[in-house]
Amino acid sequence: MGRIGIVGLRLSLALMLAGLARPVFAQAVVADLSDHLIAVTTGFAGTKLLLFGAIEGDAADVVIVVRGPGEDIMVRRKERLGGIWINRHNLTFGGVPAFYRLASTEPPETLASNRILARHGIGLDHISMVQPTGANGDLPTFRAALIRGKQRLGLYPEENGQITLLGNRLFRSDIFFPSNVPTGTYNVTVYLLRNGKVISAQTTPLVVSKVGVGARVFAFAHSHSALYGIAALAMALFAGWFAGAVFKRA
Amino acid sequence: MQIYLPIAELSVNVFLFLGMGAGVGVLSGLFGVGGGFLMTPLLIFAGIPPAVAVATEANQIVASSVSGALAHWRRGNVDLKMGIVLLLGGIVGSTLGVWVFGLLQGLGQIDLVIRASYVVFLGIIGALMLIESLKAISRQRKPGGKRRKLHQHNWLHGLPFKMRFRRSKLYISALLPLSIGILVGILAAIMGVGGGFIMVPAMIYLLGMPTAMVVGTSLFQIIFVTANVTFLQAWQNQTVDIFLALLLLTGGVIGAQLGTRAGAKLPGEQLRSLLALIVLGVCARLAYELLARPDDLYSIGALVGHG
Repeated sequence: MGRIGIVGLRLSLALMLAGLARPVFAQAVVADLSDHLIAVTTGFAGTKLLLFGAIEGDAADVVIVVRGPGEDIMVRRKERLGGIWINRHNLTFGGVPAFYRLASTEPPETLASNRILARHGIGLDHISMVQPTGANGDLPTFRAALIRGKQRLGLYPEENGQITLLGNRLFRSDIFFPSNVPTGTYNVTVYLLRNGKVISAQTTPLVVSKVGVGARVFAFAHSHSALYGIAALAMALFAGWFAGAVFKRA
Repeated sequence: MQIYLPIAELSVNVFLFLGMGAGVGVLSGLFGVGGGFLMTPLLIFAGIPPAVAVATEANQIVASSVSGALAHWRRGNVDLKMGIVLLLGGIVGSTLGVWVFGLLQGLGQIDLVIRASYVVFLGIIGALMLIESLKAISRQRKPGGKRRKLHQHNWLHGLPFKMRFRRSKLYISALLPLSIGILVGILAAIMGVGGGFIMVPAMIYLLGMPTAMVVGTSLFQIIFVTANVTFLQAWQNQTVDIFLALLLLTGGVIGAQLGTRAGAKLPGEQLRSLLALIVLGVCARLAYELLARPDDLYSIGALVGHG
């Protein structure tokens, strides 16, 4: 399912690039990140990256969208059964960005029509994902619940980030990542909008990766789970024996 | 100071979790309970995913029961034969429990089952403890109360496969400790507890074991059952976080020592009614979450590829 999302993204990128080739869209944007790797270390408590860039040509509005890697998300709805709230119905969405953050010079809904925003996946209401098949009228409520759930985790920040424009040419924006930022390959896309149209776009990759001891522990726990279990036990047995021995003497 | 927990996949405050370990450690030292039945709900309240909380707590209980069991072993308070029969049941029960755990996780009902099990067991245990200790307090005030009959004969003594347990001076059906072991094993896997709070009363009231033997023997069984749970959870569900376990262990070891020392100087029955109130408080909070209309009826969860 994640593959469909990626293909869709590639397709829209290709369309965008094709659009760029037309002489009408001579506008261009160049942007880069202060870092292309976020290292989730043992002491990781969230981080901030700087995105900076320049606009060529006349003044335009800038929208920056950070999208995390696609994942399959199951949304469950509780129902009251015998006095207890219990998960009854569920729908699975594919290719859902694990993280989504938007920054813009003006609120996006004032910059372009819903149709344009939806085509580019700009704004929480327009995030592109693979909708579950066979869903009935519940789809919009489940989709809204998915966004709410992600927001509760701090992964779809509700407030739009700020972009500072300097002399209508240079722009910069701080992008915050919380401590529970999912790992994987991210895309940071800068859109240039004028007169209700996307006139240029540029995508920069960003990798969020566990490094150091934590990364090795996670990899070991998943690649050699039985051995990991034995190691966890050995640690506990030693700690218990050690504590007993130390405090018996004391 | 923050530390990133690699399996729980979130960053937590080191001192908060050391403190939680120490707090529950003090209680377990004071009352001689494992503390798993308080720690696992606390971890869930603190935002640790329930599956990780349960599996990691089992890992911590291995450590705390080892030091406890060693102390009782030195004093000769472990009935090895009884412990092994309980253990056989415990291995069967916990293996079954881990399997059911994975199944419920797939169905999206594991959180509900964990919470519901806690509500039921904490409610029963808390109420029984409160009644017991209030009775004991009133007995202390009015001396000369009736002594409980040591040993009662009922249908449980008519079961087959009788076995002699010399240390406990018992001649009972092996099916009894075996089924207690199975039940406790299932609870250990699903609730992330050692199960002492179920096993100790069951050993005293159902088996009629001498109280001196009960704690050491149950700790002996708990080591191996929680070890089995830890191993199986790590192997099948990858939910044991050793960083989290280390934090809880460190706090717990220190807290337990403080608790043991303080316990010797404090009035026992009043403390026991206090513990009963804590248990009932945790129970009420969990029950409220099950019964009250949730703020959001919807919840989300990632579908893990290898799961």
